[in-house]
Amino acid sequence: MVPSPHEEQVLGKAYDARLMRRLLGYIRPYRKSAVLALLFILAASALSVVPPYLTKVAIDRYIQTGDLAGLNLVAGAYVLTLAAVFVLSFGQTWVMNVMGQKIMYDLRRQIFRHLQSLEAAFFDKTPVGRLMTRVTSDVDALNELFTSGVISVFGDVCTLAGIVVILFLLNFKLALAIFSVLPLLFLVTFVFKLKIRDSFRRVRTAIARINAFLQENLTGAAAVQLFNQEERQFKKFRAINEEHMQANLQSIFYYALFYPILELIGAIAVALIVWYGGLKVFEGALTLGALVAFIQYSDRFFRPISDLSEKYTILQSAMAASERIFKLLDTQPAIASPAAPTAGCVERGAVEFRNVSFGYAPGDPVLHDVSFEVREGEKIAIVGATGAGKSTLIGLLSRFYDVQHGSVRVDGADVREYNLQELRRSIGIVLQDVFLFSGSVAENLRLGNPEVSDELLARAAATVHADSFIEKLEHGFETEVGERGATLSVGQKQLLAFARALVHNPRILILDEATSSIDTETEILIRRALEQLMAGRTAIIIAHRLSTIQNADRIIVLHKGRVRESGRHQELLARRGIYWKLYQLQYKDQLLGGAPAS
Amino acid sequence: MKQRHSLLHLLPFILRYRGRMAAGFLMVGMTVVTSMLSPWVLKYVVDDLAAELVLAELPRYAAMIFGIAVVEGFFRFWMRRILIGASRQIEFDLRNDFFRHLQAMPLAFFQERSTGDIMSRATNDLNAVRSVLGPGIMYSVTTMITVVIATGILLSINWRLTLLAFIPLALVSLTVKRVGQQIHDRFQSIQEQFADITALVQENLSGIRVVKAFAREDSETARFEELNREYVKRSMGLIRLWGIYYPMMSALIGMSSVALLWFGGRQVIAGHLSLGEFVAFIAYLAMLTWPTIAIGWVINIFQRGAASMERILEILHLEPCAAAPAGGPLPGKLEGRVEIRNLSFRYPGKREPVLDNITVTVPAGETLAVVGATGSGKSTLVSLLPRLYDPPPGTVFIDGHDILQWPLAELRSVVGFVPQETFLFSDTIRENIAFGCSGQLEDGDLHWAAKISQIQADIAAFPERFQTFVGERGITLSGGQKQRVAISRAVAIKPRILILDDALSSVDTYTEEMILHELEEVMKERTTILVSHRISTVKRAQQIVVLQDGGIVERGTHESLMKRNGIYAELHRKQLLEEELETA
Repeated sequence: MVPSPHEEQVLGKAYDARLMRRLLGYIRPYRKSAVLALLFILAASALSVVPPYLTKVAIDRYIQTGDLAGLNLVAGAYVLTLAAVFVLSFGQTWVMNVMGQKIMYDLRRQIFRHLQSLEAAFFDKTPVGRLMTRVTSDVDALNELFTSGVISVFGDVCTLAGIVVILFLLNFKLALAIFSVLPLLFLVTFVFKLKIRDSFRRVRTAIARINAFLQENLTGAAAVQLFNQEERQFKKFRAINEEHMQANLQSIFYYALFYPILELIGAIAVALIVWYGGLKVFEGALTLGALVAFIQYSDRFFRPISDLSEKYTILQSAMAASERIFKLLDTQPAIASPAAPTAGCVERGAVEFRNVSFGYAPGDPVLHDVSFEVREGEKIAIVGATGAGKSTLIGLLSRFYDVQHGSVRVDGADVREYNLQELRRSIGIVLQDVFLFSGSVAENLRLGNPEVSDELLARAAATVHADSFIEKLEHGFETEVGERGATLSVGQKQLLAFARALVHNPRILILDEATSSIDTETEILIRRALEQLMAGRTAIIIAHRLSTIQNADRIIVLHKGRVRESGRHQELLARRGIYWKLYQLQYKDQLLGGAPAS
Repeated sequence: MKQRHSLLHLLPFILRYRGRMAAGFLMVGMTVVTSMLSPWVLKYVVDDLAAELVLAELPRYAAMIFGIAVVEGFFRFWMRRILIGASRQIEFDLRNDFFRHLQAMPLAFFQERSTGDIMSRATNDLNAVRSVLGPGIMYSVTTMITVVIATGILLSINWRLTLLAFIPLALVSLTVKRVGQQIHDRFQSIQEQFADITALVQENLSGIRVVKAFAREDSETARFEELNREYVKRSMGLIRLWGIYYPMMSALIGMSSVALLWFGGRQVIAGHLSLGEFVAFIAYLAMLTWPTIAIGWVINIFQRGAASMERILEILHLEPCAAAPAGGPLPGKLEGRVEIRNLSFRYPGKREPVLDNITVTVPAGETLAVVGATGSGKSTLVSLLPRLYDPPPGTVFIDGHDILQWPLAELRSVVGFVPQETFLFSDTIRENIAFGCSGQLEDGDLHWAAKISQIQADIAAFPERFQTFVGERGITLSGGQKQRVAISRAVAIKPRILILDDALSSVDTYTEEMILHELEEVMKERTTILVSHRISTVKRAQQIVVLQDGGIVERGTHESLMKRNGIYAELHRKQLLEEELETA
């Protein structure tokens, strides 16, 4: 996935104590593992300092004196050291990575759970792609921090400390002489860090611009081609691409300079050992073996220091990722169950909208002072032009959104007094666009509810007349429906949605009828299925079918966010008001053609 | 086999920089050769010290070590700059070619493929290919030269010791190859699991309303956790391997040091090897450890690069739009007569025809209006004219010439098109209006174009007027404002033929009236095709056709169609009702 350029452009600071404390909180459940890994890593790094010292001992005590038995002994000790380091590093990698995986598991689960609790309005304004990045690549950036970043720094520091101690023990003055190049090393690294950070920023900005430009030209490809602007757009692209290359060439320059300079500093240390150390050997203040050990140590000493800069990058991206993750986790769900729900379960299924006003954006109200009542078992049809606010009513009843004024009541209690899941379980919704999950037909009906038996599924499918087409599918109920139900027709999806609602046996049924045309045969099936589905339930239907409004107990006419008329079909027609006009526009044709007009 | 094949396509790009590549390889050779010198100096230092002689030589040896490092550093600097630099240069060329190719793709390509997919090829995949050209080539050449030279030196010092010390190193290479493959496989299976997780999250978030409506949050979380757990399980499989892999490597490398210490020590004691040579041996062996490990890494770079190159080639090998035939007939003075003869059309790869035997002629300077329900084929019909899709040969003519015979750019420069879905670039309003103009757009023409679409009053209210940015970095325009900018953009190129594809749908009726009034001037001297579902938009056209299911079912003027009392008249009646409702 390509990250949104504007969001990813900014990389924050590398270390933030507040974020770090919070991250460490995730280690707490596994603190034993963390301590164990730390012990392993400390022991392994301490032991890894031993081999050059063994070389020294071999040269001084045994090779120069011709002691074969002693040489065997040193070789044996060497092998033992290697074996110990092998076991320790395996243990460390294992413990640490297992811990990392568990933490990532926890984190992913927490994010996913949190996402499930957020309200519909949140998803209206946040692109799905961005949220996916939180669960996937951001969590991965943190994994790297836990497994290869933070803890191995302890190992590096431990190795460095060990080398310092040994060198001082071998020869204090020579050790001092070598460490005299350290300030130079730090200075070079520091300057390099500064330079490379600027040029990385330049590279990142250039990549973001390439992405943005590409995105725009891909979505606007038709406009570019229609207006013959290929050449000019190409020139613009080339310029951005060129900037990207130049930025990279700049960072290559710094890298090309940095590594040789590091090696040069190492060479200065070796030259010092040869010169000053050689002198000491000549004076007898240093053994030849110690000199060789010094050379080997100086090599091992400089490597971890230059590695630290890589760790810095890991830390930086992990901090940025954790900041984004925490920001998401800190988003409080605006719609949640009350702490102590005062309303129990929905028994009757009576609905009332009382002086409801609502708008998605401030200053742009969609519903104005809407009031109406639906008695237990009543069938209500809601009609109105596009944008009248019909779908909004559904969203408010099942609390996808909360009203701004007035109240929505079910069985006399405000919907905000119910446990959210309890409320939604008692309301069955069939939307115009039937959303099917990838999986089998049965899974799509059951929706993860283990209490739904196979018999219940079969019965529900038969009741809404979905059984005949399901049986004709290759594997019946176990047929995979494909992505978004690609293999099914619109009518079949409708029937499945009916069966799905029936399986969950809601007290209140809400139906947003599909406007798309369906062949007459399926149309009749759906009409009969609907009757079955509504039997014994309160039903609120956003009607697009003439048959539905004619059979409704009552019709509510919603116009520009207000209830303007209400009554039965014939009464309303006789009034020659808004309903009459709507009827002429939307429903009358169905008397002749059968298919609803679009 | 196929993989190696895909990387071969890089050869022309590499050859373009052959001088530079050759210089880079030379620098690699020089770097390696120079780096081989310092252990040799160490040999002399140790041997001299062991023989307890030449105090005066020490400063000279120290100076040599420093001097060698300076020279080596110089070569290393140029090696990186030249080779990695060249890889960036080639990346630049490749990305330009890729973009060029995209621009020439037919419109269907952009509709079939997701933007994200194409973009990831232009960025992630290209980057993987770049890694082959840069670090991939640099490290493999370095490794090869180092192994050859260092092995030669070691063999010449003491071949028996060399063989012994090489046994563990050979095991390292074997491990890299064997375990490396397994790691690759397990990594692949983790990636697949990861893709499943991604798919689930995507689906869950897209269908979050259904999840909530059925109160299925918990079962969804359970579904997610199952995948999450499997992901952890598969990761553990990799970790187990990983946990052994690296410690095993360093243990094996360590074993070769042990062999050196033990057997080498004996050789020194036996007098077959000097102490200095012994120390030099240690140093050379250290130089070989990195390349033995790097082999696996480099192989990985090449494999990933090859896979990515295939994905890039998949696009580069797609046929671009049919280029214009060279030397096609170019009319001298363009009249703008549009003729459509017996046109039937289906989208590439689709079975059902969208247009069915359409015949209509628009005399130069006249206006044709196309009305019909959604899906009746209106937009398809007009998109054929500027060849967004290619009509069958011999069906669409301008001034009597088949448009397929026209140079594409020429054709499009005479057609001003306002599409149904407006796309503006995140640039200034001025740039957006002037988008199609080849040269500079004069201020006078700019204001004229803005006035026709009635957008000039809106622009006057913007903070920086014509210089105001639109899109993400600037102000957000309403749907109607966007459509009006698009109208200005189309008229600004002063086309002979103007096409408005439902371009006033988001504009309120009053503004629409104003725009149509302004457009009258423009339309008088141009051939115009108006697509709309609003009667008010089309009623003044000299000719109106009504489309249904891809065919023309009614044609005539507003008056004659109203008299006919068919589909058109019914549409008109309904729209009057709608207007009444609007004011109710």
